[in-house]
Amino acid sequence: MIAIVHYGLGNVQAFANIYKRLNIPAEIAETPEAILGADRIILPGVGAFDWAMKRLDASGLREALEEAVIGRGRPVLGICVGMQMMAKRSDEGSLPGLGWIDGEVIRFDETALTQQTHLPHMGWNDVAPLETDGLFRDLAEGARFYFLHSYYFVPHNPDHVLATTDYGGRFASAVRSGNCLGVQFHPEKSHAWGIQLLKNFAEL
Amino acid sequence: MLRPRLIPCLLVQNGGLVKTVQFANPKYVGDPINAVRIFNEKEVDELIVLDIDATAQNREPDYGRIRNLAAECRMPLCYGGGVKTVEQVERIISLGVEKVALSAAAVADSGLVARAAKVVGVQSIVVVMDVKKSGWLGKYEVWTHNGERKSGRNPAEFARAIENAGAGEIVVNAIDRDGMMNGYDLDLVRKVREAISLPITVLGGAGSLKDIEALMRTFGIIGAAAGSLFVFKGVYRAVLINYPSRAEKEELVTQALKGSEKVA
Repeated sequence: MIAIVHYGLGNVQAFANIYKRLNIPAEIAETPEAILGADRIILPGVGAFDWAMKRLDASGLREALEEAVIGRGRPVLGICVGMQMMAKRSDEGSLPGLGWIDGEVIRFDETALTQQTHLPHMGWNDVAPLETDGLFRDLAEGARFYFLHSYYFVPHNPDHVLATTDYGGRFASAVRSGNCLGVQFHPEKSHAWGIQLLKNFAEL
Repeated sequence: MLRPRLIPCLLVQNGGLVKTVQFANPKYVGDPINAVRIFNEKEVDELIVLDIDATAQNREPDYGRIRNLAAECRMPLCYGGGVKTVEQVERIISLGVEKVALSAAAVADSGLVARAAKVVGVQSIVVVMDVKKSGWLGKYEVWTHNGERKSGRNPAEFARAIENAGAGEIVVNAIDRDGMMNGYDLDLVRKVREAISLPITVLGGAGSLKDIEALMRTFGIIGAAAGSLFVFKGVYRAVLINYPSRAEKEELVTQALKGSEKVA
């Protein structure tokens, strides 16, 4: 069972619909029990960093989430700000992050962008995985995903970069440290490529 | 490489989908959820859904409908219509919508853009700017309330104010071109593009994929939105939801960007 954490942010239903079509058991998790009872976790997100952290704290789910991820080592996939929350801090906010992956979230350097590229980074871009198995199985060639963000994750350990994307220079569009995985793009809104990635996560 | 976006724009009135001409004569074109399902299959880049009555009728956004739409969309969704407060923006984002469009409320108070962006993030705040040419000199002006009220604002100056306030995207909607299918107003887009560095999406006038190609050739990475083009087929405007295939879109974008001088 995959728990899609419902802390009041992000399109939980879109994930549930995709897993239903794939015939993979998943549920929208609104209680600590639902999170602790799952063997995999998706942490969605849309919005600003501090707002997301506050919503997670207010949901009453944070403790169960930390127990499942840190205590029990369950695989977790963070999406967009859900990934950024796994960092220690973010340029976008003042609250500390969950700190599950050693790294920080910084803003794109606008001076490095060309006249063609603007902030936010918005739309469909290529994602180059550094591994062709696991989360990016069958996504090595021509896969593209939907991005919507002005900040990105910088893991302090370069081995934690799982995929990169070019936007005024390459940045980590997917990260992994142990059982914690995160993607900056929105697989739930990226059609066949996103569905493949979510299927891969279920089969890790 | 980041790609330009091809975006169907759906207008909702009384719970049904409509298509207007110059913001008037709404023609019923179907059910919103059905349309979303078809656009899912066609793998559209993004979708814009605007409730065109909410502001004019001073109505709250219909949260039940937004929740259903967001749940059905397998593409990013931008929702607008009747949004006036930060609380409404928060609520719509929490229903699973990626972007919220502000229009009349942002014209009245650009501070709303700043306050909303602070909560949900710059990337999720879109401002739809409805523009009409008026007067003997054909001066561009920003209008609100379904094209019924003049704001007295110049589009480039308003776009700059919105960018400074912290919007993440501007939709430039040419009222004169709405439903006309005679091409985008490239002069208007140029004026706005020169004024700001935010992502821009252009709406109003697309009659064929050639018009979209022309827009992308001129401006490179841009959002090309269209209503009529993606819901009507043929000279008699029969309702038929359509969108280029992945290969057709790839070809269109490649050709357009090849001709675009601005591509770095």
